[in-house]
Amino acid sequence: MLRLNVNGHEHAIEDVADDTPLLWVLRDELKLVGTKFGCGIAQCGACTVHLNGQPIRSCQMPVSAVGSGKITTVEGLAAGETLTALQKAWIEHDVPQCGYCQSGQLMSATALLAANKNPTDAQIDQFMAGNLCRCGTYVRIRKAIHSAAQAVKGNA
Amino acid sequence: MNTVVTTESFVNDLVAGLDRDVASQLADASLPPVSRRGFIKVAGAAGGLVLALSAGLPTDAKAQARPAPPPIPFVPGAYVHIATDGKITLYSKNPEIGQGIKTAFGVILAEELDAKWSDVTVEQSEINAAVYGAQFAGGSLSIPMSWDTLRQAGAGARAMLVAAAAKQWGVPESEVTTSDSTVLHAASARKASYGSLATAAAALPPPDPKTLKLKDRKDYKLIGKRFTGVDNVSLVTGKPLYGIDVNLPGMRYAILEKCPAVGGKVASANLEEIKKLPGIFDAFIVEGSPKATNVMATAVLPGVAIIGKNTWSVFSARKQLKVEWDKSTASKDSWTQYVAQAKELSSKAQGEQVVKATGDVDKALSSGKTVEGFYQFGFVSHAQLEPQNCTAWYKQGPNGDTLEMWTPTQLPGNGLPLAAGVVGLKPEQVTFHQQRVGGGFGRRLLNDFVAEAAYLAKAAGGVPIKLMWTREDDMRHDAYRVGGFMAYKGGLDAKGNLSAWNAHMITFQDTASKQVATAGGIPANEFPMNYVTDYRASQSLLPLSMPVGPWRAPGSNTMSWVTQSFFHELSTAAKRDHVEFLLEVFGRKAGQPAAAPAGPPGLNPDRAIGVIKLAAEKAGWGKPLPKGHFHGLAFYFSHQGHIAEVAEVSVDAKKKVTLHKMTVAADIGPVINLSGAENQVQGCVVDALSTLGLEVTMENGEMQQTNFDKYPMRRIPNTPKVDLHFVESNYPPTGLGEPAFPPAGPAICNAIFAATGHRIRTLPITKEGFTLA
Repeated sequence: MLRLNVNGHEHAIEDVADDTPLLWVLRDELKLVGTKFGCGIAQCGACTVHLNGQPIRSCQMPVSAVGSGKITTVEGLAAGETLTALQKAWIEHDVPQCGYCQSGQLMSATALLAANKNPTDAQIDQFMAGNLCRCGTYVRIRKAIHSAAQAVKGNA
Repeated sequence: MNTVVTTESFVNDLVAGLDRDVASQLADASLPPVSRRGFIKVAGAAGGLVLALSAGLPTDAKAQARPAPPPIPFVPGAYVHIATDGKITLYSKNPEIGQGIKTAFGVILAEELDAKWSDVTVEQSEINAAVYGAQFAGGSLSIPMSWDTLRQAGAGARAMLVAAAAKQWGVPESEVTTSDSTVLHAASARKASYGSLATAAAALPPPDPKTLKLKDRKDYKLIGKRFTGVDNVSLVTGKPLYGIDVNLPGMRYAILEKCPAVGGKVASANLEEIKKLPGIFDAFIVEGSPKATNVMATAVLPGVAIIGKNTWSVFSARKQLKVEWDKSTASKDSWTQYVAQAKELSSKAQGEQVVKATGDVDKALSSGKTVEGFYQFGFVSHAQLEPQNCTAWYKQGPNGDTLEMWTPTQLPGNGLPLAAGVVGLKPEQVTFHQQRVGGGFGRRLLNDFVAEAAYLAKAAGGVPIKLMWTREDDMRHDAYRVGGFMAYKGGLDAKGNLSAWNAHMITFQDTASKQVATAGGIPANEFPMNYVTDYRASQSLLPLSMPVGPWRAPGSNTMSWVTQSFFHELSTAAKRDHVEFLLEVFGRKAGQPAAAPAGPPGLNPDRAIGVIKLAAEKAGWGKPLPKGHFHGLAFYFSHQGHIAEVAEVSVDAKKKVTLHKMTVAADIGPVINLSGAENQVQGCVVDALSTLGLEVTMENGEMQQTNFDKYPMRRIPNTPKVDLHFVESNYPPTGLGEPAFPPAGPAICNAIFAATGHRIRTLPITKEGFTLA
């Protein structure tokens, strides 16, 4: 029996090998499929989730190593129907094309804005470089991050 | 082309990369016949109006002149559903692969329906050739092939709502107008919502499509504006949308290990050991067909399947799997050898196959000023981010067996009969549920993973299975963009104008089909054919076993790079301005009485001139640039799009290339969704820049690069600014998933030449000592 705290809920998971990457526990056992499988070697960032607020590659994190850590996935970003400033900016700027990388992009961008409320282009480049977008939506990812940062600032 | 094109052959030709000839294919295609197009209505299950319009291609004289094939039987629920509560559901028939078609199709339907966009929901339609005709996402064809159909479907539904209101109010239909999902009669100040009229409208006879008046462009309320993607809320909240997200009760997971070199068979495997591993239900050999190198074939490749309780159990068991491969019939393809062979062949003026020859090119090139260039480009992988996967459920039943599949494919219309064939069922026994596709780029026009899932589902004995490919599977078993070589010789006359053109391409022949490799070879109408009298295009073929397939703008994505680079070589040798040199060539055919802006357009010199001038003007061509910045330009026509691009580049002392800005001028007819259109162009520029730095290489039949660590696609740093200008001509619209890609690469390489004097003749550019910032 494994206990896992995901998006504020405690889950009891039975019969999962200790070395199972967190990614596959989220997707196959908890049916939280917003977190994606892209490369399996931490190169693409599609599997990015937060562990205690820090972005990690869930394809490389054995579930047994998570312990009592708090996991947040893309499904846990919004408070009910209320989207975060970044989610709203993603929609407003129509960022996705195929959309497959976007949950990973959003998780990284969320961690970025949590650490740095008003990132420069260079800081965005540095923080987001681990997330691949095969469709090349980078122009809009950058725009949406700036836009969300401004929106949060405006509300503060 | 004079032959009648069937749905199957049409789509196969598309897959074979012949979409550069799409204009003539569209004109000749007979799927489903225009003369049979008509409205059919049924009452919706929950009341309201369901309007179906049988699928058709753009109207044109040739198609109408042909005898009509048998009528298409009607199946309810095609494009428009208006519920009595006013909710409007529009159905998008083609797969969403990131090109934004689900949103664009909704906008077109809603425009002619005169619906309020906030009342509209767009859903993926079922896969049903009888109702929808060809269903696929490829060749940037969704928009041109559905433009007329969807406008008529929307206008037809609107006409029925107008008729219902006029009847209720006892007023002439001519006095009734519509706006925002409401029917209005101004004179009596009456209005009724679409929802309140839906049931009455459904009882009326459907209109004759010929009587429908489509909107004038100036009256558009939706088309041309910005719309955020209809799935975006689901995407940013992580809802299940993709094939890989499918979960079914009792579902099992499967992998299929195939020989790293195509054509290899399984000699033996440690199956008993694997079956004992935790979470594993079964492991077995798939005999398959080692000859199935053509991934369109109704067969699966040989391999070893493992079925388990979840993804990790089968991935883990696979690490313990030991397969002995019989490679006696496997591919021995070697890129190193191909390069050596091509260099040798390039000294010949002419290849074994002459594609097109006019005038006397050898004589023309025997005197005067000539220029030579030998170009090489490697194979590349699709690397769509969602690895191949497919879920399938084979059920035995008293009334016959059925196969139900959840398919992330670009070409469900071909995948369905393929899957049926693999399991020995008839197509009507197979149901496809089309899933959102996590990147296509042409890879999923091939349905090999669909065939594998169908096969494994039948073997799994009545439980649903999800086939999972790893990234390594994906890169080892891609249908790659074919590499190739081009030996050019061009002539310049006394005025420095292009006077002769000799192209000898060294490309590939598929060892199984003996056909020119998909998207290899020179098309018979390749520019500058027809623009220069002494012209020859010929090709030599090297045998290739590695599967290749359509890759974003197939053929065009490499042909543009060689021709547009060589044009710059010629203008440079002539000491002419590149823009002026290109304009002179197009000017030779310009101003001729062009066909009216209707029908499928081919390369039109006036449209080419228009975008070249516009791109040059907007980029400030010939004007001073920031210190160290240089311009390069390229034009290419593909997928019915005329697009010119100007790259602004700097190159540092270590030969690191930065693309600062790409100015794009595009004539694709009317833009449907401005936001989506810009997104596609921005993506094409990033993809083209990225691909200048990429290749996969095969040795002894095996691909050497099997994950992203060896295939460094671009990340966010140094993303160029894209300055985009649409011409918005009155020609029919085309799709934008592809045509902005081809001109970008040569524009960048031409700018690198302007900056350094070094001509990039080998891709990736790392082979020439350059890197991308």
